[in-house]
Amino acid sequence: MGGNTEGRTGVVSSQRVKWFERFVYVLLGMIAFAMIYPFLNVIAVSVSDYGAYLKNPMRILPGKIDLSAFKFVFTHALILSSYRNTVIVTAAGSLLSMFLTITMAFPLSRKNLRGKALFTNLLIFTMLFNGGLIPNFYLIRSLGLLDTLWALIIPGSLSAYNIILMRSFIQSIPESLEEAAKIDGASDLYILVKIILPLSTPILATLTLFFAVARWNSFFAAIVYIRDRGKWTLQLLLREIVMAAEATVLASDPEAVRSIALQNVKYAVIIVSILPILCLYPFLQKYFVKGVMIGAVKG
Amino acid sequence: MLLRRQAGSAAAIPGRGPYGRPYRRETLLQHMARNRWCYLLLLPGLVYMLIFQYIPMYGVVIAFKNFSIVKGIWASPWIGLDNFISLFKSSGFYQILSNSILISIYRLAWGFPAPILLALILNEVRNMLFKRTVQTILYIPHFVSWVVIAGLMVNMLSPAGGVVNQILQMFGVKPVNFLMEPAYFRSIIVVSEIWKEAGWGTIIYLAAISGIDTSLYEAAIVDGANRLQQMRHITLPGILGTIVVLLILRMGFILSNGFEQIFLMYNPLVYRVADVFETYTYRVGLMEGRFSFATAVGVFQSVVGIVLILATNWIAKRYGEGGLW
Repeated sequence: MGGNTEGRTGVVSSQRVKWFERFVYVLLGMIAFAMIYPFLNVIAVSVSDYGAYLKNPMRILPGKIDLSAFKFVFTHALILSSYRNTVIVTAAGSLLSMFLTITMAFPLSRKNLRGKALFTNLLIFTMLFNGGLIPNFYLIRSLGLLDTLWALIIPGSLSAYNIILMRSFIQSIPESLEEAAKIDGASDLYILVKIILPLSTPILATLTLFFAVARWNSFFAAIVYIRDRGKWTLQLLLREIVMAAEATVLASDPEAVRSIALQNVKYAVIIVSILPILCLYPFLQKYFVKGVMIGAVKG
Repeated sequence: MLLRRQAGSAAAIPGRGPYGRPYRRETLLQHMARNRWCYLLLLPGLVYMLIFQYIPMYGVVIAFKNFSIVKGIWASPWIGLDNFISLFKSSGFYQILSNSILISIYRLAWGFPAPILLALILNEVRNMLFKRTVQTILYIPHFVSWVVIAGLMVNMLSPAGGVVNQILQMFGVKPVNFLMEPAYFRSIIVVSEIWKEAGWGTIIYLAAISGIDTSLYEAAIVDGANRLQQMRHITLPGILGTIVVLLILRMGFILSNGFEQIFLMYNPLVYRVADVFETYTYRVGLMEGRFSFATAVGVFQSVVGIVLILATNWIAKRYGEGGLW
């Protein structure tokens, strides 16, 4: 395997090597810490009380444990509705995206389909040229989808790049399997459902995860199409809370406003919004990484 | 008259299939009937493409009309290239053009090499556990949304209690309102993007490094090369192909910067260095309601974008390592 560092030191003095290696480890350690510090800080502050935050806002170890920020977050109506909307959009959007990806990739992978070149070119053209913000906005408005969750689910669910990715993957499945099925009289649909899909689980898993993460984090579509606060997604809410200078965005009566430790609540909301991804991430990391490689090493 | 042939006889008559029956070319309808599932499966995607991608493309005519939302597209009067002429005459246009290109170039100059260097360094780690842990940590920022990152940056750079200013105060420097100073904005954009994407970007380069022939390293060691020299003379040239292709492809997107990152961190005080195509069309189009003008801006960006992407994709393919499709 190329790049392997085993036994690469050769005749160079072991002292030089030791310093080099130490340097590498320290450098990487520092970079990794820089990457993870903000999260450690946010977690620590969100579980501490306000006094602890004031004493040391840069902390990574929690001070006096005070979960009132989280209690506030989990009982706040707007936060809960935004969470619900985001879950709906993520689930429905990922499902739609997977459906469109599979239904387009499979026919385009067939060898002898008439019109295949035309359809493929139509698809690739959409990667190059886009109507732009205003025409898309006008279309959604004309369809009556403005200010609905559908405007967050439907547009952007077809990804030409991922369809081509999936098509390449299907093309790499040995033809003998399909031919054997065809001899037994299988229709294309049977081949898709009973042969191709079961063999495609790695790439299906990867694509679903990519779609889900993209939807969960999506902000642009929401800010363009949604007005009603009841239909807000998590990212819209997050922006308002985290950028807020005063606690008035969170509560209307002065009594409640005074009792909120704004900084702690901000950080608690951040934690709550990245929680699903951070929890699933360790288990799914290898799928994500594999997905990038599949895209890069095209067959 | 059909010739009868013995089943299994070797000699075939050209133009005829088994048992001597003549081939007849399928009509389109027959072909579609035989492959009906394929065409049916394509249908939802094609309908989607038609409605949500090709119809908006038609919407670019808004740029050529004096569009009034009350009248709709059809009834709005045609004014030809007037929107484009006033676009090219406005000083605002040249500002967003230069901002878009400059910010893109800064992101390229700093953000493109970062994952490469990180990959090279990561490659030198021998302890697998350390390597895997570091990689896991490096990938995390990629999965966090720009809203969260912008929020973290706003809090960290805040003049009242932000981390960076607190450190500065320890050294006796007065607090700076970073996000409101035009001089700092582009650097903040570049640094936050590196923080988010550098780790994730190492994946593709590490994959390329793993494809380098080990015997090259062995030969270099025999010649007395140390690790740094090995990196310079073997690893780097080994992934040069990947680097060049990715660089070429990236050039095709020189006019585009992400909407979310800049929108979430900019403010009116830094518009003159921060405003790019995406944020400009959003503000002028949706917030100020100048639909025709904003569409013209979008058309400009799209058309130039197509030319660039096609050109760079063609160059990348000629270089030999494949393009985007």
